[in-house]
Amino acid sequence: MHDNDHSEDRRQHGDSAKKVEEERRQRGVYSERRQQRVPVKHDRRRHGISVKAIEITVAALMLALGLVVIFDSRRVGYGWADDGPQAGYFPFYIGLILCAASAWSLLRAAFSNRAASGVFVSRKKLRLVLSVFFPSLIYVIAIYFIGIYAASALFIGAFMYWHGRFPWIKIIPVSLIVPVSMFLLFELWFMVPLPKGPLEALAGY
Amino acid sequence: MEEFNSLMQGFSVALTFHNLLYMLVGILLGVLIGVLPGLGGANGVAILLPLTFTMPPTSAIIMLSCIYWGALFGGAITSILFNIPGEPWSVATTFDGHPMAKSGRAGEALTAAFTSSFVGALVAVIMITFLAPLVAKFSLKFGPPEFFAVQLLTFCSFVGLGKGHPAKTLTAMMIGFALAAVGLDSVTGTLRMTFGTSELLRGFNFLIAVIGLFGIGEILLTMEEGLAFKGVHARINPRVVWHTWKQLPKYWLTALRATLIGCWMGITPGGATPASFMSYGIAKRFSKTGEKFGTGEIEGVIAPETAAHAAGTSALLPMLTLGIPGSPTAAVLLGGLLIWGLQPGPLLFVEQKEFVWGLIASMYIGNVVGLIIVLTTVPWWAAILRVPFSIIAPVIIVICAIGAYTVNNAMMDVVLMLVFGVVGYLFKKLDYPLAPLVLALVLGDMAESSFRQSMLLSRGEVSIFWSNGLVGSICGLAMLMLFWPVISEILQRMRRGNNDLDAQRPVE
Repeated sequence: MHDNDHSEDRRQHGDSAKKVEEERRQRGVYSERRQQRVPVKHDRRRHGISVKAIEITVAALMLALGLVVIFDSRRVGYGWADDGPQAGYFPFYIGLILCAASAWSLLRAAFSNRAASGVFVSRKKLRLVLSVFFPSLIYVIAIYFIGIYAASALFIGAFMYWHGRFPWIKIIPVSLIVPVSMFLLFELWFMVPLPKGPLEALAGY
Repeated sequence: MEEFNSLMQGFSVALTFHNLLYMLVGILLGVLIGVLPGLGGANGVAILLPLTFTMPPTSAIIMLSCIYWGALFGGAITSILFNIPGEPWSVATTFDGHPMAKSGRAGEALTAAFTSSFVGALVAVIMITFLAPLVAKFSLKFGPPEFFAVQLLTFCSFVGLGKGHPAKTLTAMMIGFALAAVGLDSVTGTLRMTFGTSELLRGFNFLIAVIGLFGIGEILLTMEEGLAFKGVHARINPRVVWHTWKQLPKYWLTALRATLIGCWMGITPGGATPASFMSYGIAKRFSKTGEKFGTGEIEGVIAPETAAHAAGTSALLPMLTLGIPGSPTAAVLLGGLLIWGLQPGPLLFVEQKEFVWGLIASMYIGNVVGLIIVLTTVPWWAAILRVPFSIIAPVIIVICAIGAYTVNNAMMDVVLMLVFGVVGYLFKKLDYPLAPLVLALVLGDMAESSFRQSMLLSRGEVSIFWSNGLVGSICGLAMLMLFWPVISEILQRMRRGNNDLDAQRPVE
């Protein structure tokens, strides 16, 4: 499996950008769902954020969260009242274990090279991930203003345009069919109201 | 015989037209969910759960559990044809399934996978039918300390059986418990960790976490690899099915071992993923043609598939009898029970006979229906995977957003879903296991209340957890599980064994 991964990488890097681009245009952005990381050592082409930095950041955030839990449990009382344990009794210990466990991860990431080595995500991959994340974020914000149906249509259309390079003749029907069928399913059949905006208000919903 | 009568009653509940229809819809949706990247059993059920709030609980659970069976079946399709495990538990199926498909035996591999999944599930359901009432009866005697001990065992098992580093497993678990504690404390009426905001009053809903962690997180991960993949075309005709079925009985011993492993791992919260890997490893060791594993041996498909399905199914046993789910999907179903107003646990078997036996009967029918459906419709599902990811991805994100919104009709939840998505992406990449987080979030309140009640009984003495033989032995087992990483390290240093198969196992 690992050999396979490497050869895929080589192919990607070896190929001219044009060919990759063309391939993407043909098939849309496809993916291999591999969960394990490929151990890459000293590969200059694949620089990016190191695993170590991310490990330490995540562990530190968890440690901070643990401290918040402890702090708040102390605020509401973590001891014993007349009628039994106080509200912070159980969470207090949860916070303690959380702090201990994340401190362990933190130290392990900071001092053990075996535990945290390699590249977390290369620049190229990070760009791909962010190119999904930011549109999703904008989509969620857009739901506030124009409702979920219009936002979904725009989101799907934009995604197909940027990532799939589809022609408009394909983008328009797909990005309309999905929200319309959602509308029929939720508003009319299941009677579950979803967030709506000015467009739906015009149509009387 | 009592079980048999109850089961027959259950069949009369499950075999109504309406419930059969829900079953069919559930299986179809489930296979779809299992095939699509970014949608899995757990978040598929989570997204659809709000739609079932108005349905009668029995129909709702029948449909949702059928989604689960469908997802279990669906995972095999992508593993064998595309070498992409649609679900973590079908990773082991790719080892021999995809080589088989590449050498033109795709139909055979798929038939073997579906049939052995079916056998595994069937044995597990039979076990549930006869074992669950006994466990429920036994656990009626449980007091708060015993329940807490069982919950402790559940969570310690994640440390002992899971593949992730113990520190990370513990961190993920405690995050779950901490999130569960946010909001109004129902016992004392105190607000915990809301920091004066009204949005946090409701606390964190586990459905939002599941949709974000498994749905959005998975999409982000999938996007990372901008590679094209090639699938193998497959068509299953009755001749291939018959030909494969004829040779399956030869492997009864492999299937039996796989089923036993699966049932065991499903009841203890090991889950389907470790079960499938363990079963594959053991089949390889015991098989006469073990050295050929990985090149397209049918036995290498039978072993993990049987175990995964047996584990996935038997995960419902502790959920129904003790209120402790054996897998993330079972945890979501358990959350559903609570929403429909049913208290999971031993009393369910006394008070909600119709519900429990209807569900168990539907497992029999659902798996038969599922087997027939997947055998006849494989080409369609394979065609879905050929739809470009740049269409599938935004549609899945839209579906996730709707699912998150409908839980409480709150926009805040959609934002939270994105946050959980980023957390899911980071955690998956750093090998933090997600299953303990979800289980802790679902069980947090229950674990806390049984802990509090035990403390009230003993006036704050922790010794109540070893005050009698039963609770003591459960706690002892829990401690063994908790310290298992240390113990196995010592054992391994003494023996110097190396299992390279384990390195490929994904962290659930």
